Amino acid sequence: MSETVPDVSVLIINKLLANPKVPRNITGSSKIVEDLAFDSLAVMNFVMEIEDELDVSVPLDRLAEIRTIDDLATCIVSLKKGA
Amino acid sequence: MTIFDKFRGIEHRLEELKALGGRNPFDVVIERPLSSTVGLIEGRETLLFGTNNYLGLSQSPHAIEAACETVRSRGVGTTGSRIANGTQSLHQQLERRIADFFGQTHCMVFSTGYQANLGMISTLAGKDDYLLLDADSHASIYDASRLGHAQVIRFRHNDPEDLHKRLRRLDGTPGAKLVVIEGIYSMTGNVVPMAEMAAVKRETGATLLVDEAHSFGVLGPTGRGVAEAAGVEKDVDFIVGTFSKSLGTVGGYCVSNHPELDLVRLHCRPYMFTASLPPEVIAATMAALEDMQAQPELRTRLMENAAQFHGGLNKLGLTTGKTVSPVVAVVLDTIPEAVALWNQLLTLGLYVNLSLPPATPDHHPLLRCSVMATHTPEQIDCAIEIFQEAMTSLKAEA
Ligand SMILES: Cc1ncc(COP(=O)(O)O)c(C=O)c1O
Repeated sequence: MSETVPDVSVLIINKLLANPKVPRNITGSSKIVEDLAFDSLAVMNFVMEIEDELDVSVPLDRLAEIRTIDDLATCIVSLKKGA
Repeated sequence: MTIFDKFRGIEHRLEELKALGGRNPFDVVIERPLSSTVGLIEGRETLLFGTNNYLGLSQSPHAIEAACETVRSRGVGTTGSRIANGTQSLHQQLERRIADFFGQTHCMVFSTGYQANLGMISTLAGKDDYLLLDADSHASIYDASRLGHAQVIRFRHNDPEDLHKRLRRLDGTPGAKLVVIEGIYSMTGNVVPMAEMAAVKRETGATLLVDEAHSFGVLGPTGRGVAEAAGVEKDVDFIVGTFSKSLGTVGGYCVSNHPELDLVRLHCRPYMFTASLPPEVIAATMAALEDMQAQPELRTRLMENAAQFHGGLNKLGLTTGKTVSPVVAVVLDTIPEAVALWNQLLTLGLYVNLSLPPATPDHHPLLRCSVMATHTPEQIDCAIEIFQEAMTSLKAEA
């Protein structure tokens, strides 16, 4: 199975939209903390759900570099390639 | 733009909290303790149900005597680090006693429990290693993960299957895997499923560190904690804990059968670059440990008290964790509700801890209560009645 960055972005956005509190107009370039009003704990908990879906673990230090949904998708794809 | 701009958010939240109930919940002053269970707060005798002083040993006559005697003969401090001028015979004696108590060969004593976690975890998990943390870990464990250089992976709270899955994903990666769990989780009172966690450790070959901060002196036939209670002590590589709860003093420790623990002393910055425990604290800690060993009935009474308090609150219709442990966390829906109830309890003479998100799991505010062996059944009934009275008066106001 090899997901692409756009695939993973779509999956993340769909997962986010399942939460009624998330703004409806999010895109890959939405900023997770600023645009979604997630605090650090909410980000970690959300990433855990994505991790389960894609069978990958995102180390917390990698998370620190992530601003947008596309950043998260890029990070996950590179982790899955074993980077 | 000033250096203080980043604090405006918390300043604003604090003002909101004060507006909700009158008090600053982070600025409660216990003018002085009158006993282990009663303190003077706002000039009133107040029942203490939020001290972590599980066995009441902060007021142990034996520990007080030992501290007084030692402070007279040795002075009030060591003025130095353990690896320079800060090791006295007492530090080594305490390390021996703690190691013997746990039936382990090696022990390091730290100046606080926070530093024990900070130091052990950041030092053990190096640059090429993986650190696997329970999602609800204590701040000292998260801070350790930031001080160290390992890759940090969070697993779902108290979920051995999730841990196993995450360890399996790391199959084939070089580097050690250090798993960190707690015996009793400080905010919720949840007890770790220790036998299952130990099984995951055995299957995966990971290294296991258990923080027994809230379970030392509380769980297990001799009070060694959750690993003893579950009969899996041999699967635990490192036990970390604190003297600041069941022993009533201050300081932290790590025990292990790995002789390399002595090498950690020379790599561990939170151990090396801070002053060692003052002699009177060590004397009091050793005396409190003697009390704990001589009075196993304290643990029995603690658990009976926990069951009485937990049952009483549930009967009032309050939501708490399911497992009975000395930490009883009342879960509330909203912050205003929690703040109002907390204020009312204190006005009526009951002190508990107000814990607010994001410091709590699942975004719920908690009234975190801790029960003691020295609470009398009457004091526990009284605390439950105060809860009832506070809820009734708030309902009448609404
Ligand atoms: C789980 C846990 N670990 C470590 C600590 C730190 O202990 P100390 O207060 O001795 O620094 C605490 C308490 O604050 C705790 O709850």
